Amino acid sequence: MNAKKLSKYFSKGAIWGFIVLEMIFFSIAGEFLSTSEKAFMDVDNMLLLLKQSAPIGIIAIGMTIIMINGNIDLSVGAIFAMSGIILLDSMTWLIFVGLGEWVIPVSWLLALLTGTALGFINGLIVWKTGVDAFIVTLGAMLGFRGLVFMYNGENPTSHLNWTLVDFAELEFLGLHTATWFLLVVTVIIWFVMTRTVHGRNAYAIGDNKEAAVNAGIRVGPHMLINFMIIGFLAALSAVVFYSESGSVNPNDGQLYELWVITAVVLGGTKLTGGAGSIISTFGGVIAIQLLRKGLGHIGADTSTVNLVIGIILIAVLILDRQLNAKGKEELKI
Amino acid sequence: MVEMSKEKIGRIIARQGIIIAFAMFIIGFTLANGKFLSIENVLSVMRSSAILGVMALGVTFVVVSGNLDLSVGSMMSFSTIVVLDLHDKVGPALAIPLMFAMTIALGALIGLLVGYLKLNSLIVTLGMLSAIHGLTLTYSGGKNMDIADKEGTWFNIFGQGTAMGIPVPIVIFLLVATFLGLLLAKTPFGRKVYAVGGNGTAATFSGIPRARNVFYCYVISAACVAIAGLIQASRSMGSQNTVGQGLELEVLAAVILGGASLLGGSGTIFKTLIGVLILGFIQNGLLLVGLQFYVQFVVTWVIIIFAVWLDIAAKRGKFWSTIA
Repeated sequence: MNAKKLSKYFSKGAIWGFIVLEMIFFSIAGEFLSTSEKAFMDVDNMLLLLKQSAPIGIIAIGMTIIMINGNIDLSVGAIFAMSGIILLDSMTWLIFVGLGEWVIPVSWLLALLTGTALGFINGLIVWKTGVDAFIVTLGAMLGFRGLVFMYNGENPTSHLNWTLVDFAELEFLGLHTATWFLLVVTVIIWFVMTRTVHGRNAYAIGDNKEAAVNAGIRVGPHMLINFMIIGFLAALSAVVFYSESGSVNPNDGQLYELWVITAVVLGGTKLTGGAGSIISTFGGVIAIQLLRKGLGHIGADTSTVNLVIGIILIAVLILDRQLNAKGKEELKI
Repeated sequence: MVEMSKEKIGRIIARQGIIIAFAMFIIGFTLANGKFLSIENVLSVMRSSAILGVMALGVTFVVVSGNLDLSVGSMMSFSTIVVLDLHDKVGPALAIPLMFAMTIALGALIGLLVGYLKLNSLIVTLGMLSAIHGLTLTYSGGKNMDIADKEGTWFNIFGQGTAMGIPVPIVIFLLVATFLGLLLAKTPFGRKVYAVGGNGTAATFSGIPRARNVFYCYVISAACVAIAGLIQASRSMGSQNTVGQGLELEVLAAVILGGASLLGGSGTIFKTLIGVLILGFIQNGLLLVGLQFYVQFVVTWVIIIFAVWLDIAAKRGKFWSTIA
């Protein structure tokens, strides 16, 4: 019993231990390898890190509830790009000319609606056809990306609104706007998953669908809601990101699903559903961003980052298996 | 009685739905553009499908064994870059076997992780997608690879040559398809792959080791990727680091269109061949009738979902899912 508790404690706290390890490693390695004079563990640098992890982080929070629910969503990158395009393009639509600066909330709303609607399509197909979420969202990943390209060809969609840029670069209590969005989303979704009926049912469905059905839980609507939430969050991530950058490339968001799933898995959420924690995913997001930034700090290029991320993902899987297998063995005795 | 026959017809449509849809597409495209079924067009479609097709054949083995392979795209970039680089360093005769050995080693590594260590194949191959991409960039230093002397080498036959009027990529594709088709359908190894994918535990208890057979499937998949990389390298004689990016999804789309279940235990090489041709012909047909290149992605999306939906509906005997 004690051993089980211990291994559980370890696997839950592992991500924070990993973060601390990363910080120590990059601080020391940075002293020797970095070309810049600044220390890695600089306050400004860490605040920037939080801001940069917001786009991936917001989606990763959504992916956690999808995976707890026992599904997966591969189309988030395409939803991200589509929402970004709607956000920037709608500001130039003729019908909104009279709105002045009030076009901003309208465009935000339209972008968020786009994301939610695309998530709704995925969720409805998963619910009504019974096709596996992996296949549905794999198809949607191609389909939504096709829509993105059909919208404006291979040209970038650009519109820079200075009010919006000022807002995105605003700092409140020392934290950037994007960081606030990430924190608020984390807290809200954490509350939904741990303190509401919807959250409890989502865990139950992911753990054992049959049992959930027998317990009188309506599986379909919960899955639909979760897909709408991740669509909404992918759009929110686009809103946060493109408000500042002001230009969407049709290829944007490609491989986001890879980063997002990596963050969620690092945070300890199981692909099989029924287990996972929003706070740990937040840790996973920070860990990945630390890794990207830290490797950059000590002079490694993107190729090394890709290599290391891939190896860590697999290593985590092996470690997780070892830990869990040990727990089970000792339980038998 | 009327209900019964209606259900029967529904089931037949569902089971052969993908062939029927394919036939309808072909008739429609032919009516819209007479060139669609000309020999030149058919050969050109098959030639451009060959790279994707060879990879899909290998992935069929992995999917039948109950696993996924998302790393084939970045692995294909790897083998293309490696063979182009080695071509100028050690000559084509040595470069090709070396590239095969390196690619197959990567496949063996995945096979080890998924087969023997029993790790989740989706995450492992997702990790490998990223890791192999990093490996490729490190290998090439981020630069494009080009063969220096494009005239004085026989290396271009795999991608650009013809044998008795048929482009060599098609010949390779069909040869690999025949060989793997026989391997999967007619040999004890093939039956073991189905057994492992259908029910891994039952297979283990029947004395069929899951680990070893899954391992072989990934090796086969990697070998197919190496062949695809060879065709790609030979066709373009130079390449970017990202030549295979995103191909893993199109490959999976073709395999799924062919009717292989992602749960494992079902799917055939012949059906995957059909899936590859459907993707190729639809892409080509949409372009011939003058639609934008990107419409094919949306069409593929709709087709994939309908294909799998009809397949599932036929199995459960109900059109809509029973999820409450």
